Amino acid sequence: MLQAIDLECVRGERCLFRGLELELGAGQCLHIAGDNGVGKTSLLRILAGLLSPTRGKVRWRGLDITRTREEYGSELVFVGHLNGIKDDLTVLENVHFEAAVRGIDVSTDAARQALVRLGLEDFDDVLVRHLSQGQKRRVALARLCSAAPAALWILDEPFNALDSRAVETVYQLLEDHLASGGMVVLTAHQKIELPSSAQRLDLLAWALA
Amino acid sequence: MSAALLAVIRRDLLLALRQRGDVVNVLLFFVVVVTIVPLGVGPELNVLRMIGAGTVWVAALLASIVSLARIFAQDYADGSLEQLMLAGQPASLVVIGKILAHWLVTGAPITLAAVPIAVMFDLGLEPMGTLVAALALGTPALSLIGAVGAALTLGLRGGGVLVTLLVLPLTVPVLIFGAGAVDATAGGVSAAADLLLLGGLSLGAAALAPWAIVSALRISLE
Repeated sequence: MLQAIDLECVRGERCLFRGLELELGAGQCLHIAGDNGVGKTSLLRILAGLLSPTRGKVRWRGLDITRTREEYGSELVFVGHLNGIKDDLTVLENVHFEAAVRGIDVSTDAARQALVRLGLEDFDDVLVRHLSQGQKRRVALARLCSAAPAALWILDEPFNALDSRAVETVYQLLEDHLASGGMVVLTAHQKIELPSSAQRLDLLAWALA
Repeated sequence: MSAALLAVIRRDLLLALRQRGDVVNVLLFFVVVVTIVPLGVGPELNVLRMIGAGTVWVAALLASIVSLARIFAQDYADGSLEQLMLAGQPASLVVIGKILAHWLVTGAPITLAAVPIAVMFDLGLEPMGTLVAALALGTPALSLIGAVGAALTLGLRGGGVLVTLLVLPLTVPVLIFGAGAVDATAGGVSAAADLLLLGGLSLGAAALAPWAIVSALRISLE
């Protein structure tokens, strides 16, 4: 369903990878591995359509993602390095806004449920700026518990700044998502156990190719 | 689709409310610029009447440029912008929502503030009405054209000066017809032609700017 064809990425003067091919079907998880600076984040941004590759194409359900941005976006959840939440809104307002802008009519109960799942139930009326790094990360990850689940998750270091309980929760979310036929592409450089079905893609291999 | 538009407008207005300081500062900037001009040229009423409309328009232009950083910079820095681009909505819709919200907290208050300022310049009742109408019709164009500049210079060092250089020349027509409308009324001629042109400029900008802004934002996000 997600397919990358002959991707090449040049950042500055350096070619990060060349001729990269990947394919991801329902229920599959792809773990992008590699040292710092090999282009993990660049690859994820290319797959999300935020960065255009120097060469090659990304296809979703057989269609070029640059031609079907809206349809692709509605099936995609992206959690990047930046949390993408507003410091001056409360936790609940952030969750509500994200749903509303995606056209999902989320009730306060459903939003609260997402927050309970991520252990933020006591913070729903707190401004995000007063939260810790780990808590902010959890607010961003509340995207994953949205009422209308997206088929594809692209997660850039989702476990960053999370405590072990939250890591466990996110792990559970990943497993549930995969079990229901969802797809995940993620990077994680910590020693975190990923769902057993996760395939590993070592970016270094493509750098030398 | 319209739900997403409303959501963006609501969010940006709520944020403006939480960061009132920034919004009030722009309005104060406008008032201060307009106020120091009479201090420079002297209290001669004939002179003030003559330069009133032009001064208000130049100040409105400068204030709109000062406020440009608000449109996209924060969303860019905290990652909300990339989320908005991936929200599965037409990006131009999101951009229109953001500009509308921006106009509501800058252009609209400036338009209202023009009333006491017109009194200060002794413009008279009818020219005052024209000035307010002209600002209401013309400030959307300032927000729209300014947003193109803001999107192009997003994440650049020294973007503030660059955006001024980019945007000011493009807004000259708004300035000319805006001040022209008031001059026409003061001279006893109908201001309809100038006002229609101002409205046309805003509509033209509304048609073209979102498309340019979306392209600029995509480049800035790379």
